[in-house]
Amino acid sequence: MKKYTYTEEKDTRSGFGEGLLELGKTNPNVVALCADLTGSLKMDAFAKEFPSRFIQVGIAEANMIGIAAGMTIGGKIPFAGSFANFVTGRVYDQIRQVVAYSNKNVKICASHAGITLGEDGATHQILEDIGLMKMLPNMTVINTCDFNQTKAATIAIASHKGPVYLRFGRPKVPNFTPKDQKFEIGKAIILNEGKDVTIFATGHLVWKAVEAGLILEQKGIDAEIINIHTIKPLDVSAVIQSAKKTKCVVTAEEHMRNGGLGDSIAQLLSMNFPVPVEMLAVDDKFGESGKPEELMVKYGLDTTNIVEAAQKVIARKQS
Amino acid sequence: MTTQELNDICVQVRRDILRMTYEAQSGHPGGSLGCVEFFTALYFKILNHDPKKFSMDGVNEDLFFLSNGHISPVWYSVLARAGYFGIKELSTFRKLGSQLQGHPTNDKKLNGIRIASGSLGQGLSASIGAALTKKLNNDKSIVYCLTGDGELQEGQIWEAAMFAAAKKVDNIIVTVDYNKKQIDGPTDDVCSLGNVKEKWKAFGWNVIEVENGNNIECVISALTEAKLQTNKGIPVVILLKTIMGKGVDFMENNHKWHGTPPNKEQFEKAIAQLKETVGDY
Repeated sequence: MKKYTYTEEKDTRSGFGEGLLELGKTNPNVVALCADLTGSLKMDAFAKEFPSRFIQVGIAEANMIGIAAGMTIGGKIPFAGSFANFVTGRVYDQIRQVVAYSNKNVKICASHAGITLGEDGATHQILEDIGLMKMLPNMTVINTCDFNQTKAATIAIASHKGPVYLRFGRPKVPNFTPKDQKFEIGKAIILNEGKDVTIFATGHLVWKAVEAGLILEQKGIDAEIINIHTIKPLDVSAVIQSAKKTKCVVTAEEHMRNGGLGDSIAQLLSMNFPVPVEMLAVDDKFGESGKPEELMVKYGLDTTNIVEAAQKVIARKQS
Repeated sequence: MTTQELNDICVQVRRDILRMTYEAQSGHPGGSLGCVEFFTALYFKILNHDPKKFSMDGVNEDLFFLSNGHISPVWYSVLARAGYFGIKELSTFRKLGSQLQGHPTNDKKLNGIRIASGSLGQGLSASIGAALTKKLNNDKSIVYCLTGDGELQEGQIWEAAMFAAAKKVDNIIVTVDYNKKQIDGPTDDVCSLGNVKEKWKAFGWNVIEVENGNNIECVISALTEAKLQTNKGIPVVILLKTIMGKGVDFMENNHKWHGTPPNKEQFEKAIAQLKETVGDY
């Protein structure tokens, strides 16, 4: 198992904030919009540095999406940020009509995604956003795993012409991917090559997959671990190649099973190279208040759950 | 262009609307007929634009956004008559493979259209966004937007109205098609809009009222006045009183023509009231 280390835990939203600030300095067309959550989204540095390019919309997310779409006409690249819940489900029809269908160069930036939002509870913990966004034609869907990767992705999506959904979160998680990495949309990252099982993880589950890989190694299982930061477009060849090698798959994500990464991978494999798949995801229920780590354990999204799923899917392959 | 020439175009546009909706056997003739003078005035007299060189970004040009996308027939007709695309295209309205979708979209690359509309309440926000970009680009052109009056029941309109006043978006002119009708009936019966003028004023807008929105001279003078009111720190809205179904006696002031095309007998009766002027498509 390849070794990964980190010196500190950082929140992915801060990676977004740093990436946005850097874009402010390097790309004059980048503008940012926020619906009264500037501090939570870590957009305050951009707002302070570039006040004329920062639009405080107030608590009116539908209006924010419309304004962002309109701002692309004339060449601006709007980054519209709010909590994942308020910038997807709340404004689905707006995104559908004026961003996705109109194919506007809007970057929808979603923080506090999933149950790791924690104590605020289910009203704020969206677990359906990846599904909602990936169903929209023209939409690219990205869910980054740590600070460095989120910063790199934020910078990269400014150069991609078209609608993007960038999902990140609130908790501090190990910052283990390389500083100043180049982020390639749609290109899966193989974190460990293995032969017994493939673990496809996204977002906060990527580090847990790395941890699970170490435990599996002690049990004599050689796991291939792949970071799927781009859920749409999915890296089709990377997924199929790995499934051909290991012949069984675990998916792991902080999202509803319906509509998530696992859904996309199962669809792809069932049509091209069917193998047993186990999916770690939230199973058709809402979240609740609690500390992020407690919630991840309660909802079955912890390292041990990945280990168990890997053992189970290997047994299915062998039977 | 003289008033007579503009009125001739209006008659032809009304013929286009009737023919398009009749041939498609679907579409929204009522509001389309009511807004003919507005569109004709805007595209032939008011807008600073170049129909032959349409570009998405519209740099240093005035922009127009239709928020109530269902009145696409009048927009398509006027765009074609103004030279954005060939008038023959009007015969494809709502048919498979057409650029003239039921509701307007840039997805089919039709010149003149910059964003999709149809799901109501969204065009004003997009217009404000385009106006903000013009300001950032130091582009002195004006952004125009038309909304329906029934559409004012959508909450997003008021989010946008509040924003535009708060942020001094003063390079935008919104027009409300104030015909007091919507698909289910009179707006007063469906969900009264209350005092529309006072609402816009309370939201911080400069309100211009037009009693006869089907008189092209009145429409031109209101739009001209609205232009003079731009760049004063306050957004401008025109409440344009129009008559749904205007130009066809049995369609006028009847909400039943909001979203219903004429049948053969109705079409023949209607088209006979509007003689061809500048040429059918």
